[in-house]
Amino acid sequence: MLKQYPTLRYILQRGVWYFLTFLVAIAINFILPRLGDRNPVDIMMAKASQGLSDEAVKEKRESFEKEFGLIEVTAEGKIIHDANGKTVKVSGFNQFLNYLKMTLSGDLGKSIQKYPKNVSDIIIEAVPWTLALQFPSILLGWIFGNVLGALAAYRRGVFDRVIFPMALFMSSVPFFVFGMVLVYWFAVVLGWFPAMEAYSGALNPSLSLEFIGSMGYHYVLPFFSIFLILAGGQAIGMRSMGIYELGTDYIKYAKWLGLKETKILSYLFRNAMLPQLTGLALSIGSMVGGALITEMIFSYPGLGMAMLTAIGSNDYTVIQGCTLLVTTSVLVANFSVDIMIGFLDPRVKAGMQMGGK
Amino acid sequence: MKLLRNLLKSPMFVIGAVLFFGTILFAIFAPFFIDLKTAMDRVGGQYLEPSGSFWLGTDDLGRDYVKLLLQGLRSSLYVGFLAGVLATTVGTLVGIYGGFKGGIIDDILNMFTNLFIVIPSFVVLILVSASLEQGRSLTIIALLIGATTWPWTARSVRAQASSLKSRDHISLARINGANTLQIIYKHILPYLASYVFMVFIMQVASGILSESAISMIGLGPMDNVSLGVILNQAKNAGALGDGIWWGIFPASIIITVIVFALFLINNSMEGVFNPRLRK
Repeated sequence: MLKQYPTLRYILQRGVWYFLTFLVAIAINFILPRLGDRNPVDIMMAKASQGLSDEAVKEKRESFEKEFGLIEVTAEGKIIHDANGKTVKVSGFNQFLNYLKMTLSGDLGKSIQKYPKNVSDIIIEAVPWTLALQFPSILLGWIFGNVLGALAAYRRGVFDRVIFPMALFMSSVPFFVFGMVLVYWFAVVLGWFPAMEAYSGALNPSLSLEFIGSMGYHYVLPFFSIFLILAGGQAIGMRSMGIYELGTDYIKYAKWLGLKETKILSYLFRNAMLPQLTGLALSIGSMVGGALITEMIFSYPGLGMAMLTAIGSNDYTVIQGCTLLVTTSVLVANFSVDIMIGFLDPRVKAGMQMGGK
Repeated sequence: MKLLRNLLKSPMFVIGAVLFFGTILFAIFAPFFIDLKTAMDRVGGQYLEPSGSFWLGTDDLGRDYVKLLLQGLRSSLYVGFLAGVLATTVGTLVGIYGGFKGGIIDDILNMFTNLFIVIPSFVVLILVSASLEQGRSLTIIALLIGATTWPWTARSVRAQASSLKSRDHISLARINGANTLQIIYKHILPYLASYVFMVFIMQVASGILSESAISMIGLGPMDNVSLGVILNQAKNAGALGDGIWWGIFPASIIITVIVFALFLINNSMEGVFNPRLRK
């Protein structure tokens, strides 16, 4: 099937694969919380049951259990009781089916701590901030790191001797440590930049010039703390790839032909790029994880911060919603990189099987 | 031996190895001189500056940072090694089996490997840690990290093993009547040993990083102090905003130095095994 369109076939294959992975991710998101000893209803009851009679406590508990889909209800939404007046538990499998149905329709349940509030509302408020911070910093960090790595490989000498150890050191600094160093030095000691939040607390979000200026001002430190660390790691990978490519026959041949340096560099870049792209696909998950922690250091109002608040207050449904969204976006990012590889890799165009993944 | 001599010629390796083994020796032997039993005791006021009696000051609960950091260093190394050993063992077994045997079991193992590489491991870590109320211990966190990072080892070992499979000396051994176990033990493992060791080094580093990250966001071990837990407490007590550098930088520097040392070792080994990088 689709033999004459190998690229399309490849993309479809990857798409199906990622969809299956997505279903597994939903299953993980459903199963893992249920392995622990924490129960959202108990957490809510601890808050809600103060000063209530036994009868009222029982009713409240049942209504929460109904809310979380733990007990059977009739078609009209009335709680079913058995002969002893006890509620009937929904089987784990049916719970999963309900969870799957709800998740696929975008309903992530209700927050435990901010009870009637929908998890999806909390997430929708946070996502734009996370996107605005992570997308540019990861992308630009990746590009900058690769250019630096290619230069280090090509020039060697002093350039390499300075950049390589620096890049190696940068890549071993944890995201949150570097974030704290930046905050301490540039915000606390020097006072050049604000340490926290995404905009000045004195302003209301609007499209005014003042607000956008404040946003840009607050953007600098978190941006650089992700950008520089990422660039370090990428530069190291690209340097190894570049040095490897420099030893190959086609580069030697190009040099003998007397091609211009920039021309040779562009060949080198193109060939070293593919493994780097594959590397990107594999490490997006950990990059996003690190960037989420950076948000927490800077109290940047994105997903990371929403998750931190939820962790601090045992708000399990919110944690679950955030992790599902993070996993989903990592899968989408991976899929996009795979599509790019499909267009760039001549082996895919020729319809050959890709090695490894 | 020749390998070791080559490695010792690389200044990067020497620096990395000295830093790393120095840290390990310190973590093992320092408790003979610094009494760790009193690490959790209040010994002075809140956030005392570093001085002659408290070299690195005290934390928000008046505890001596020298003792806390030593305890934290030991915890972090423990987590790193336990997670690294688990991930390397499982990953190597899965990788060798998959790469060498092939067939449907390999397909299934490979699918799992790829699945858990794209599903971010910190998501799994957060979900499990947040659902454990009691019993979130150092050992459990280490095992969790190991259980989420083995696919990385499996993936690279599998690639190496399947490229070794079609080499001549393997076919020769097979003609001579060696069975699969013998071939793996005698003719595959020696080739993979250095490679597996390099991946192990990276797994230890990522174990230490993962533990400190998960502790940093407040889901750390409840039974012990780790470097991440120290940072989390300092952050929650507002040490960063108040400019209390001794609450944040010593722990940060220790984590960074250990990871940097491991990266140096790994990178210099790559340079020795891949002669092109050496020139």
